[in-house]
Amino acid sequence: MNLFKKKNYITIQHVQNTKNEDIESPSIPDGLWLKCKYCKKTVYKKDIGEYKICPHCGGHFRIGAMERIALITDENSFEEINGNMCAKNPMGYPDYDVTIKKAQEKSGLKDGVVTGLCTINGYKAVIAVMDSNFMMGSMGSVVGEKVTRAVEKATALKLPIIIFTTSGGARMQEGIISLMQMAKVSAALSKHNDAGLLYITVLTDPTTGGVSASFGMLGDIILAEPKTLIGFAGQRVIEGTINEKLPEGFQTAEFQLEHGFVDKIVRRDELKETIGKILKMHCVEGGGF
Amino acid sequence: MNRAMKSVTMSRMISRPTTLEFIDEIFDDFIEFHGDRLFKDDKSIVGGIATLDGKPVTVVGVQKGHTIEDNLARNFGSPHPEGYRKALRLMKQAEKFNRPVITFVNTSGAYCGIGAEERGQGEAIARNLIEMADLKVPIICIFIGEGGSGGALALAVADEVWMLENGMYAVLSPEGFASILWRNPSRVEEAAELMKITAQDLIQNKVIDKIIPEPEDGLHNNLKYSTDIIKTELINKLEVLSNKNIEDLLSERYNRFRQFGEYSE
Ligand SMILES: [Zn+2]
Repeated sequence: MNLFKKKNYITIQHVQNTKNEDIESPSIPDGLWLKCKYCKKTVYKKDIGEYKICPHCGGHFRIGAMERIALITDENSFEEINGNMCAKNPMGYPDYDVTIKKAQEKSGLKDGVVTGLCTINGYKAVIAVMDSNFMMGSMGSVVGEKVTRAVEKATALKLPIIIFTTSGGARMQEGIISLMQMAKVSAALSKHNDAGLLYITVLTDPTTGGVSASFGMLGDIILAEPKTLIGFAGQRVIEGTINEKLPEGFQTAEFQLEHGFVDKIVRRDELKETIGKILKMHCVEGGGF
Repeated sequence: MNRAMKSVTMSRMISRPTTLEFIDEIFDDFIEFHGDRLFKDDKSIVGGIATLDGKPVTVVGVQKGHTIEDNLARNFGSPHPEGYRKALRLMKQAEKFNRPVITFVNTSGAYCGIGAEERGQGEAIARNLIEMADLKVPIICIFIGEGGSGGALALAVADEVWMLENGMYAVLSPEGFASILWRNPSRVEEAAELMKITAQDLIQNKVIDKIIPEPEDGLHNNLKYSTDIIKTELINKLEVLSNKNIEDLLSERYNRFRQFGEYSE
């Protein structure tokens, strides 16, 4: 276990073109001690390291989009695109603007995804990184539009697209328009796919609902962080439907791997290296031997 | 009862005509095909080939029942992954033989259960979305009753989406909306109104392209009233769509879904 290995360590301050330098780890409350949701043990904050992994069970604490970008991209390589896009209120949902404002304050982000160009171990890619601190990463117009534009950009520039998902599903406050985002992103991915380009999905905790039922499950290669909750339906909904308790380990990354829906489970501290290797093997023009 | 709640109630009525009845009225020589070739035959999805105005078409739809027994067999119109995969198999078959696809949607949503998750409900829906976006034949989708969330969208990535006058289409049920967002299931009528789920609402925001009128005396008493209209409209529209070159058809389909979203920047 290389829990404390400092490879490719990038502090958030080195990330350019973002306004979130002061947001260090929005998922982890202040204080010296944390509780791991997987093993329920109390963990000394310093012991989870820069990758935020529980030293007892290897469970991964949730991290924000900017923190993720710092861990994955090469230093100073990330250039954000469409960083100013903000939600409107297509359904006239009461006080939606207030909800959005609160989520912006909590997450330090404009909406639930950050997109941009970067290099990873020297290989160029477009990335889209979702953030569960913003209304549980729910997908409304902004998430759908930014991810679609990121995919279209990758298609135009003939680059791989890498999407880090974390989402509770559709943004209910935007009604049917949020559902349409699933079709919109998937159609953009279809064009990227037709161009023979690489799409890597990295499923992080949690990836459920409309995101799992669209771009989450469409990667050429689907990676997942350990123990990540991945599924279509929410667990309480399923329990309510079938009227029984769910089995241990249901809808985890390991469950999805077992059932054939995930290519590989990768620890967060090995993710950059793994993605780098995959990119390297896909950078040969036209493939072949 | 407000207009939205009326649509919710009417679209769910057990007497509401099902996909197989629509197929029977609109098409000739329907031959039903079964199975996804991977796991099993999901009876909550029906499909096969038929003729319309003498020309071959592929039809696929979600099937509910009129009785408890029938509904148990049809899983109350909530498909499992194998249902969506059967639908996709038939649509790819249509593409191979260059015949248009007509889909019928009538579901409260994809089934939520252990087996559905084990066999990849999310993947099955996602696969249909990406494949339908690029299916190289015309697709027309008709919402005949309920349209619930991703489980409905998985048959609705089409060149045109039509809806019966009392149909509905929503990101989740108004009951779910009220209990999740307001923790108060009794506010269901208010939720239905706010969610803009009626055919009239949906045509305004371009989620659907056409509303099919229903008879005064109820669709279940006079299905032919609506299916005659559908038949004429289908023949006309399919002729137009079939005459487009495939690149134009696909790029119009892309733009149809590309436009959805409201944001500032
Ligand atoms: Zn732990």
